[in-house]
Formats: sequence, structure tokens, C-alpha cells
Amino acid sequence: MDIRELQGYASFFMTIFLVVMLYWYIIYLYRSEKKGEKDYEKLGNIALDDEIDSKPINSSSVTPSENKEQKK
Amino acid sequence: MQAHAALEYDYSVAKLFTFTTILFGILGMIIGTLIAAQLAFPELNYLLGEYGTFSRLRPLHTNIVIFGFTLSGVFATFYYVAQRVLKVSMAESKFIMFISKLHFWLYFVGALIAVITLLLGYTQAKEYAQFEWPIDIVIVLVWVLWGVAMFGLIGIRREKALYISMWYYIACFLGIAMLYLFNNMSVPTYFASGGLGNILHSVSMYSGTNDALVQWWYGHNAVAFGFTVPIVAMIYYFLPKESGQAIYSYKLSLLSFWGLMFVYLWAGSHHLLWSTVPDWMQTMGSVFSIVLILPSWGSAINMLLTMKGEWNQLTENPLIKFMVLASTFYMLSTLEGPIQAIKSVNAIAHFTDWIPGHVHDGVLGWVVFMIMAALFHMAPRMFKREIYSKKMLEAQFWLQTVAVVLYFTSMWIAGITQGMMWRAVDEYGNLMYSFIDTVTVLHPYYAIRALSGVLYLIGFLMFAYNMYKTMTSSRELSEEPQFRSPMA
Repeated sequence: MDIRELQGYASFFMTIFLVVMLYWYIIYLYRSEKKGEKDYEKLGNIALDDEIDSKPINSSSVTPSENKEQKK
Repeated sequence: MQAHAALEYDYSVAKLFTFTTILFGILGMIIGTLIAAQLAFPELNYLLGEYGTFSRLRPLHTNIVIFGFTLSGVFATFYYVAQRVLKVSMAESKFIMFISKLHFWLYFVGALIAVITLLLGYTQAKEYAQFEWPIDIVIVLVWVLWGVAMFGLIGIRREKALYISMWYYIACFLGIAMLYLFNNMSVPTYFASGGLGNILHSVSMYSGTNDALVQWWYGHNAVAFGFTVPIVAMIYYFLPKESGQAIYSYKLSLLSFWGLMFVYLWAGSHHLLWSTVPDWMQTMGSVFSIVLILPSWGSAINMLLTMKGEWNQLTENPLIKFMVLASTFYMLSTLEGPIQAIKSVNAIAHFTDWIPGHVHDGVLGWVVFMIMAALFHMAPRMFKREIYSKKMLEAQFWLQTVAVVLYFTSMWIAGITQGMMWRAVDEYGNLMYSFIDTVTVLHPYYAIRALSGVLYLIGFLMFAYNMYKTMTSSRELSEEPQFRSPMA
């Protein structure tokens, strides 16, 4: 197997690998939100509430207090 | 939070880059309009001797609008947006402030030298990468300084989650760094030959088809990481902030981001369809270009849906109008590009005026509209004055919209006419037209393009005047507007 053929296989399998990773990422995003572990949408507020002294949102993870509020 | 009560965002560097955005915008567009007119009226080539010819001015136009106007706009918005979404002021770090000011001044001096060398005809003859090696080194230094400022700010941030705009700015930084370094690998001939020839001259480290492949991997991705990624960064911040509406789907923004990163880098070979590049690589370029519609439209639809339930703002706020039209043009040009990358379509479109038509509905409709809207949004916050004139803003919007439509429609017709005439053969297989036949037929469309250039330039001068008056003599604001930018 010469280098060109090897490059061809490498390119093909890398593409397949990256496609799988991308689809896995979609599933991960939705599943973690459905399970109540993450809330990505709250990160959108970073742009709206962007004063230097406003409270940071810090993470997409759902805190215990937020979890309680959601369950209510 | 009391400890930060007196702390304010520091816009001094954002202001400096705002000035260069306006300066290079005017300069780049004057040259662009002149060279468009030269194509319609060739005698305009002889206004300034060798310095006024199309061949000398065309690289000047592209480099000033890319590296002068657009990059200044990217830096200006970065130094504004990054502080706000990271909730940290540049005034908090003397080191970052020093680096960012050095970034500006090195950039400005480098850009002026770059303009002069191109005008004098020093070029390594690679499209959008014409600068000779000493300027490349300055650009690399400028880029490193930007990176230090960017990651410095990220390092001292209060907001731990990185807002989606920051991801796009980071991608712009990393993408351009990689592309620029690899494509500009060259050997300065003066040193390699032991002191012969001009010290500025260099030759590419790649040759033949490899050189073309690296060049268009760079060229196409310079569009990706210079004209798309940082502009998406802008709209993801400025559209929500100006409208008071959070992004429609943050998850879609993340997904589109990774989709764009994955797909864009593979599409460059569509610039080399029907050339000596291996056939599989051409096909790959075509296929990835089509796939590219998905992440591009993912971002664009996300932007439009952000306005859901608030479409009344489109009629009330001209800045929303600018941004919605920008995302619409983003959709148009990201559909048009993949269509042109289909091999059979490309057989007609390649080397025709449809290509600059495509580029300009992207840059005039998407990039420039978004940068102008961003600077208009920033102005009342940076200069603590309301926008000078809403009426002028409205007039500018319509004038420039008409200009963009005239530009791309004339070039669509010109390009397809040209492509068809080049291919037309008679019953014996002889070409039906000579090159000059196409030039004669295309003259009216070239004249329309020159007219659209004049209209767009007038619109940009109105923007510059409105910004100038906003900075200097508009009504002062007692407090910073939260969402909608105030205007007289």
C-alpha cells in the first residue's frame, strides 16, 4: 500500500469518524437537557445581561436550586 | 458585587479599531468602485500612470477590504463584545491593555506599509495573499498579539461559560493563524541566492498543483474564517442585544458551530474544479460545499428565528433591518456558493463574472452590513451619545440594498452570458465567439456594476458621516441603553 492509498483511507475514515462525532454531539446536547443535567438555553442570556456587575451564569449545568424550580 | 461598582468597560482599543474600520472601508470601496468603472470604461486605467492600472489596484482593493476594513471591524467588535460577554474590563489588566494597544499600532503601521508595497507592485502573486514576506511576519506578530489579548481576557473572566460569539472569535483566530502560516511559506530569494535581486522578493515553498491546492485551501478558508466566522460571532451578540431577544436556540448555535468547523475546511478544492487537481479531490470539494449549506443555514435560520414574535422591530429599528438583511444575504450567498461548486454548474460559472457577483452579495450584503450595524450599536455605548440621524440610517439602508441588488443581478446575467458564449460552438464544432465579442455584450452590465459601486460608496460615506457626527455632536446620553440603540 503506497502513501497515496493510505492517505485516501485515512481521509475516508476520518470523515466517517467526524460525522459520527457530530451526530453523537447532537444526541448528547438533547439528551443531557432532557435528563435535566444541562440547560444550554440559559447561556443565551449572557448577551442580554452583560453589565460588568451582573451575576455571571457560569455554566450550562443545572444547579440543585434551578432543578428544584424546574420541578415545581 | 459592590467591589466592582465603579468598574466600567474600557472601549479605548475598540474605538481605535472603529476609526480604522471606517478609514479602510472608505479607501477600499473608493478603489473598488474605480476598478469596477475601469472594466466598463478602460480609459480610466490611465489616470495615475502605473499606479492607477487595474492590475495594480485590484489586489489593493481586495487586501484593503479584507485585511483593512473587515479585520478592523472584527478587532473593534471583539474588544467590545469580549469584555461584555466575559464580564471583565480591559482596565482591570494593564498587561492586556498594553498588548491590545500594541496590537492596534502594529496593525495600523503594518497595514499602511502593506498598502504602500502593493501600490509599488511588490507582490508574491497569490490571490488574497499578495503581501511579501516581511509584511507576513508583521501580520503574524499582530495575530499573536491579538491571541495574547484574547486568551488573556478569557483567563481573567468572571463569566465562566464562554458565550457562542467567543467560540466564533476563537475559531477566527485559530483558523486564520493556521491558514496564513501554511499558505505564506516562502523562500526569500535574496538570502537564498547570497544577495541577488530585490530583498523583498520571495517564491512559494510549494509548486504547481500543490501550490494551487494550498492557495485555495487558504483562499476559501480565508472567506470562512475571515468573512463568515467572526461575522457570525457579531450577529450572535448584536442581534440579541439590540432586539432584547435571546438567541432562538443556543443548542442550534453550538451545533452549527461544530458543523461549520468540520465542513468548511474541506471545501476549498471547489476553486480548482476542472483543473489538474486529482478528480476525487474535486468531487470532495463539491460534496463538502453542498453539505456546507446545513451549518450555514443553521446559523442564519437561528438568527431569523431570534426575531420570532418581535418582527415589528424590523420596521421600527433600522439596525434590526441591517442585521436581518445581513443574515438573509448570508443565506443567499451560502446557497449560491454550493450551487456554483456543483461540477456541471461550475463548468459554466468558472472564471466568469458570476464569481465576483457571488463574492459581493456575500461581502456587501452580509459582511459590511453586519459590521456597520455592529458599529452603530456600539457607538452610543462607547461615545455615550445617541446615533446622530435615524433618517440618514434609513436612506443609507435603501441606497446600499439597491446597490447590492444591482451588483449581483448584473453579474449573474453577465457571468452566465459570458459562460455560455465561451462554450458556444457551431455545427462544425468551432467556437462561435471570440473573446472581444463577450466584452462587447457585457459592457452594459459592467456599467451597471460601476453604478452600483458608486451607490454603495455613497451609502458608506453616509455611514461614516453619521458615525462622525455621533461621536462628536450628537445628544449626550445620561445612561447606557440596555437594548435598543437610541437615535435622533
